[in-house]
Amino acid sequence: MLKEWIIEKSLIVAAMVSFVIIAFIIMIVFRAGVPLIAEVGVGNFLFGMDWRPEREIFGIFPMIIGTLLVALFSMLISVPLGILTAIFLAEVAPEIMRNILRPAIELLAGIPSVVYGFVGLMVLVPFIRTHLGPPGFSILAGSIVLAIMALPTIITISEDAIKAVPKSYKEASFAVGATHWQTIKNIILPAARSGILAGVVLGSGRAIGETMAAIMVLGNLPVIPTSVLGPIRTLTANVAMEMAYAPHGPHRQALFATGVVLFIVVSILVVISNRLRRGQ
Amino acid sequence: MLTKTPLLNETDISASTGGERMSRADKEFKIVVRNLSFYYGKIQALKDVSLDIQANKVTAIIGPSGCGKSTFIRILNRMNDIIPGVRVEGKVMIDSQNIYDGNVGAVEIRRRVGMVFQKSNPFPKSIFENVAYGLRISGLIKKSSDLGERVRRALVDAVLWDEVKDRLNASAFKLSGGQQQRLCIARALVIEPEVILFDEPCSALDPTSTAKVEELIQNLKDKYTIVIVTHNMQQAARVSDYTAFLMLGELIEFNKTNKMFTTPSEKVTEDYITGRFG
Amino acid sequence: MISAHINEKIAKLVLWISSLTILAILLAIIGFVVMRSIGIINLEFIFSMPRAGGREGGILSMIIGTLCLIAISTTVASPIGIGGGIYLTEYAGEHPLSKIITFGAEWLAGVPSIIFGLFGFAFFVVFLGWGFSILSGGMVLACMILNETIRTTQESIKAVPASYREASYALGATKWQTVSRVVLKSAAPGILTGIILGIGRAAGETAAIMLTVGSFMALPTSLFSSVRPMSLHLYLLAIAEVHPGAIARAFGTATLLVLMVLIVNLSVHTIMRRYTRALR
Ligand SMILES: Nc1ncnc2c1ncn2[C@@H]1O[C@H](COP(=O)(O)OP(=O)(O)OP(=O)(O)O)[C@@H](O)[C@H]1O
Ligand SMILES: [Mg+2]
Repeated sequence: MLKEWIIEKSLIVAAMVSFVIIAFIIMIVFRAGVPLIAEVGVGNFLFGMDWRPEREIFGIFPMIIGTLLVALFSMLISVPLGILTAIFLAEVAPEIMRNILRPAIELLAGIPSVVYGFVGLMVLVPFIRTHLGPPGFSILAGSIVLAIMALPTIITISEDAIKAVPKSYKEASFAVGATHWQTIKNIILPAARSGILAGVVLGSGRAIGETMAAIMVLGNLPVIPTSVLGPIRTLTANVAMEMAYAPHGPHRQALFATGVVLFIVVSILVVISNRLRRGQ
Repeated sequence: MLTKTPLLNETDISASTGGERMSRADKEFKIVVRNLSFYYGKIQALKDVSLDIQANKVTAIIGPSGCGKSTFIRILNRMNDIIPGVRVEGKVMIDSQNIYDGNVGAVEIRRRVGMVFQKSNPFPKSIFENVAYGLRISGLIKKSSDLGERVRRALVDAVLWDEVKDRLNASAFKLSGGQQQRLCIARALVIEPEVILFDEPCSALDPTSTAKVEELIQNLKDKYTIVIVTHNMQQAARVSDYTAFLMLGELIEFNKTNKMFTTPSEKVTEDYITGRFG
Repeated sequence: MISAHINEKIAKLVLWISSLTILAILLAIIGFVVMRSIGIINLEFIFSMPRAGGREGGILSMIIGTLCLIAISTTVASPIGIGGGIYLTEYAGEHPLSKIITFGAEWLAGVPSIIFGLFGFAFFVVFLGWGFSILSGGMVLACMILNETIRTTQESIKAVPASYREASYALGATKWQTVSRVVLKSAAPGILTGIILGIGRAAGETAAIMLTVGSFMALPTSLFSSVRPMSLHLYLLAIAEVHPGAIARAFGTATLLVLMVLIVNLSVHTIMRRYTRALR
């Protein structure tokens, strides 16, 4: 029986690992980043307009705005497209379309982000530069790429939410002479609302946390944009771009501090999404 | 709305009822079913069923579990259309129009043939919106005062008005089981169908609520043609005028209820009614 | 009523269009990448070393780098993830610990990869002193794919019918005997798909490893060698100055990455199809 006991205990340890990793990430990233935030001041760090590491001026406000704008615009594209496709899959699609679309969406989810960024760089950026105006590296390009990348998350979670709506609601609606679309619009979607919202929240989390596609098409200029055709820098890009040049000192700390802000934002979104999904 | 179908004559009726001859006078058939077979994919759930359902009467469908009762009444408002891979053969005539003709829309049929389900299934909306739903989607009611009046009337007809009139905006889930079922009845009544189908409407209710619903059904038959599926022999005997007995997808016997429950013409019917199986 | 029917038609048309749009996007991305790489991909590209900073020659050392990272990350993550999954489904029951662990895993899944990169840099590269190396990168990837392994293990174990366990207990088997010989045996194909999906993720990941593996182009000689995996290579080629040789090789690398995802998804589907048939 000793063997059984040892096995059970080792399984517990294995199960704890993911939690330990989270704890480690928080400990290490926060320990490297929080002191700088404290030194600069939370307000100055979050709302400072200038990012000039060589002069030890660390304000990430333009990047916060940039990150949120790109996430918002990408959601404007992917939320309608994603929800419509989820409805199609759950309610309307003939078997054969479902058998084509599901693997397609899995493939979309599996393609590495660096490939999305590369295609955006090769196709969208030059297209926008020549047809809509320079520099091509722009919020528009980034939003389109991130929208495509967020689609699988939104579609899968929304589809699950729609399928979880009790069949009896649908039957009751049909029984009073509602058309299929009336049933979807008035009964199924409202009942699936919180689950769909969970998908959208998680999708925006993905968009906010995306790094490779963001650095490749957004231009990485830490400024507050004046047009969707202008470049911006996201929080993720800030870390990814500068880690190589910031081996130590306050600059590196400031990049960890950027990571702290990013981590907090994304964690809040994960919690909200989790709550929403359980609420359904 | 009631018309005599050209299809019907004395021999038809006797063939389909297999028993007592009806006089010409009460031969106002709302629904005429002929040689109806139904398949879930390869499984045949109904076999060559023919029967006539009279207007402004309550017709009960009884039979052992899995015999096809639900399948049968869901055919009458084309609810089975939702299930993929099903097939209908034969005719179902409502007012001499075959509802499975290619040019007839399921949505129109369901507006004429309402349905109340076994488990009460109110929408996750307010009491008012539950009832108003059918009117809203029909797009026929434009004025909100008309809407309110129609909802009130439906709730009155469903004998629920007095219990909910002060809390129309409360969630339907706040109601008791019996009240929820009457709400579902009101929801079916509000669009003023011609036929109402009940699929074991009381099987999840306590005796008091059951009595209320049964009384309600009795009152409704002045205005509507009613078909009710029930597991409960006493209930069939209490509420219905005609009873159809189904077994393994076949119509065994169809007759006036009092006749069926006193002197059934088939041995199996008697065995079933007296509780020897089922 | 007429308008309801027209609405129904329009709505279904819109649903079809959005779903077909998504299919079109996927095909366009894959088609574009594959078409542009037609001239470059051949055996020589795969089996020769890069020259001139990757602008000439092949990508052998990058492929090896990617394979090394996959090997380390799956070797580390699989036993831990499977063990954790077993504990959560077979042992934990309603234990409050299991809720915390499950939430930890979900949280981990939402953490942006650049944060893993920061963590890996601070912990493996600097604190443990492993430097920019296969080991540091592989460990970071292990942390990232752990969640996938836990989740698929849980799902596959839950799919094993209770009757299998009862039969085993009835024969006097202990808990671990039952789990290892009966439950795991029939859940194995499902667990395998989780590992394969992890491989796909590890192969495509870029942001987390750009801060941990360095970008050295030579063949690795030990666990502490720096490598340049394919995904990172693609990024570095894409953002370098425009050079036809570099761009062609970037397309070639992108195609190989997409191909890898395709193979991963196909094998997962094949295994799942066999598996569900066997369970019936
Ligand atoms: N969606 C379906 N797909 C396949 N077979 C079905 C489906 N629904 C019902 N059946 C089968 O058709 C037969 C008739 O089912 P039905 O639900 O009509 O019976 P019922 O008389 O209403 O039974 P109960 O008294 O249990 O409600 C049964 O054998 C059932 O298994
Ligand atoms: Mg039934």
